[in-house]
Amino acid sequence: MSKTFKLDGREIPFETGQTIMDAALAAGVYIPHLCHNPEFAPHGSCRVCVVDVGGRQVSACTAAASEGMEVDSSSEAIQATRRAILQMLFVEGNHVCPACEKSGACQLQAVAYYTGMLAPHFTHFFPRRPVDASHPDVVIDFNRCILCELCVRASRDHDGKRVFAISGRGLESHLVIDSASGLLGDSSFAASDKAAHVCPTGAILPKGRGYETPIGERLYDREPISIVGDVRAHEEEVL
Amino acid sequence: MNASAVVTVEGFVAESLATHGRDPRHLLQHLIRVQQRFSYVPDAAVEALSAALDVTRTQVRAAVAFYAFLHERPRGAFEIRFSDNITDRMLGSRRLIRLLIERLGLSGLPAWGRDLIRDDGRVSVGLASCTGMCDQGPALLVNGQAVTNLDAQRVDRIADLVQEGIPLERWPGEFFRVENNIRRRGLLLGNPATDGAALRRLVDEGADAALAEVERSGLRGRGGAGFTTALKWRFCREAPGTDRYVVCNADEGEPGTFKDRVLLTDYADLVIEGMTVCAGVIGARRGFLYLRGEYRYLLPHLESVLQRRRAEGLLGTRILGRDGFDFDIEIHLGAGAYICGEESALIESLEGKRGVTRKRPPFPVTSGFDDQPTVVNNVETFLASARVVQWGGYWLRGEGTDQSAGSKILSVSGDCARPGIYEYPFGTPVHRVLSDCGAENTQAVQISGAAGATLSPAEFDRIIAFEDLPTAGSFMIFDDSRDLLDMVRNFAAFFAHESCGFCTPCRVGGALLRNLVEKVAAGQGSEYDLSEMRHIGAVMREASYCGLGHTAPNHVLNTLDKFPSIYRRRLAREAHTPSFDLDAALSEARGIAGRDDPGTHIHKLSGETA
Repeated sequence: MSKTFKLDGREIPFETGQTIMDAALAAGVYIPHLCHNPEFAPHGSCRVCVVDVGGRQVSACTAAASEGMEVDSSSEAIQATRRAILQMLFVEGNHVCPACEKSGACQLQAVAYYTGMLAPHFTHFFPRRPVDASHPDVVIDFNRCILCELCVRASRDHDGKRVFAISGRGLESHLVIDSASGLLGDSSFAASDKAAHVCPTGAILPKGRGYETPIGERLYDREPISIVGDVRAHEEEVL
Repeated sequence: MNASAVVTVEGFVAESLATHGRDPRHLLQHLIRVQQRFSYVPDAAVEALSAALDVTRTQVRAAVAFYAFLHERPRGAFEIRFSDNITDRMLGSRRLIRLLIERLGLSGLPAWGRDLIRDDGRVSVGLASCTGMCDQGPALLVNGQAVTNLDAQRVDRIADLVQEGIPLERWPGEFFRVENNIRRRGLLLGNPATDGAALRRLVDEGADAALAEVERSGLRGRGGAGFTTALKWRFCREAPGTDRYVVCNADEGEPGTFKDRVLLTDYADLVIEGMTVCAGVIGARRGFLYLRGEYRYLLPHLESVLQRRRAEGLLGTRILGRDGFDFDIEIHLGAGAYICGEESALIESLEGKRGVTRKRPPFPVTSGFDDQPTVVNNVETFLASARVVQWGGYWLRGEGTDQSAGSKILSVSGDCARPGIYEYPFGTPVHRVLSDCGAENTQAVQISGAAGATLSPAEFDRIIAFEDLPTAGSFMIFDDSRDLLDMVRNFAAFFAHESCGFCTPCRVGGALLRNLVEKVAAGQGSEYDLSEMRHIGAVMREASYCGLGHTAPNHVLNTLDKFPSIYRRRLAREAHTPSFDLDAALSEARGIAGRDDPGTHIHKLSGETA
């Protein structure tokens, strides 16, 4: 008999060592997330997967599941916190959904809809950020980077290349590329790298394939993210 | 300006590598040396360190961009940073900054992350977070060295010295004098002398007996969180690992705290003895003292204490002649990052990386430095534990409350006649501290630093204790002549500057909060903005990744509750007020249209209530 905890009233089985997120995903229960990807060690930076455990808010991707715990992942209070966090991400960068080729297959956008976010609410920072189109196969639009570090982790832990890193601190934190010029085209990055296929937003995109699927027929246009899950699992359909 | 004969960047890095080793974990220490020598970290140093230490050039640059005292571009040969804590401001630092800037022929004012650099490269002027000299401010750092007790005359003289290019070694010695200002001595400060008695007791009676005394004493961590010291040591001792480490957290970054500065000056022997006792208890062979960059002037003194203790057989191999009792301490410098006071960020920094908080669990006691079991304690905790082992647990229990045994050392600054160091038994009420230090007409006390609590006079009966007012020791006093919004503005800017940027609520929320505070201060706020501040503050408090984000909005939330008038008297309107000028925004359009008639202007909004 495996151990269980309660997630929004539902019994979720788990094994020792699993996080709330691991157990929920395994049981087919969706907890919204952006920086989490089960292929990599939990990170806990975006805070979108925040849940309430006994009156304390914790990130589901890093908090260990324990016997009998009661987890609230769907109350209005929790959804409101997530919405505010998403609104912060939207005003921090320059996320112009109608003009973004990832629109409809973007996890940031889909999670925002899931939490009921309809407007960015806070004052935009409108940072000036570059677009790096120096690589023959892949383009990086830093305006859409949410600092989830998935590309950093994929390049370091999977590709063994350490192409990406986060530099600066506070609101000045930004993604940087390891090459003499700082450009992707001068780095060892390749389109076949894992790092090219983990971005939850439209920050890292393959060149030459934009708009193959018309807007309106894209992944999250058809069904919400709580049903279809992460964009990485559907990569071939959404490009 | 530097004694080193090596002039090329490559040569300097090679010398640093030869002297201090090629452990990638020494990256930050190499970078600090390069910064000191060249006033920035040149590309050639990035390339050389990257090649030698097996870190990417991007990781090197990321470290440079993270630490406030490292720079990608040259600063002045005299790099001047004014401490910008609210206590410095209350002592007139803004006026002195303007004076110096004028005297040096610079224009504008420095801001967080924006230094003024003179074209000839002679001098630059910037800001630093609290440099720990609040009892003798305003203060500044020049090439990392602390200058205290600034006034117009001293600033004038500094300008002359810079203009004449006089090297720091020939500046007047009194500029660099740092007083201890110990005003009240208790259990710990009563006697700085030690002859290794705690270590002898450890060696004579064994590690179990020493740990039992620490347990009996009820000693809790003096860094503010109050974790039971004996428990921490026991967890670390029992955790599986190949090596164990002792780390002294001397990254005293909380604005308004300066007691560790004094402890490291006059009580360094006892602090190091406490670390050594801890090493004996947990079985560590290596320890680190992580010294905040602002206190680098203490480095020669601390090195000499370490050296003397080695010579006396109190540190190094075969301590007190006992086989197998080997323990030594390295001093690592910080480089301007408040977050590194958090123990897991401190460990990241010890390992040469950006000081980003680790996921917890695992806690450092099981997986700390080099992923090995590590005890991280505050300077004051090590000092207390040395005495506890020497004099027994009941000695500490003789003072304080049931839950808070012993005494607490406070750093008192702000509006009072006698700022300085005060040691009190736990359980002492706030009003007692205020009367002892000669504070009058006190409007508010900010306890435990910018991250702590803002107390109104109705709370001055509350006591210093873990069960009521836990504190790392910062105690800043504001009399009724002060506008508390100045404090809020200072702290909001501080937290936006010091957020490590890892998690969304602290990184973005902190910047949003700072901007809203500035909006209200500019007289453009409304009731709506105040409720937005509460909303953002609540999200930061609940959803941030670490303690920095959890506590960063405290000052805003506390003052909104207890001192609402500091905000309300500035509200332009009850309802929403835009932060931009609608009419001015149309000026470009008016220019294009070639019109300036009344129909092209937006006039005062109707329905204004304020």
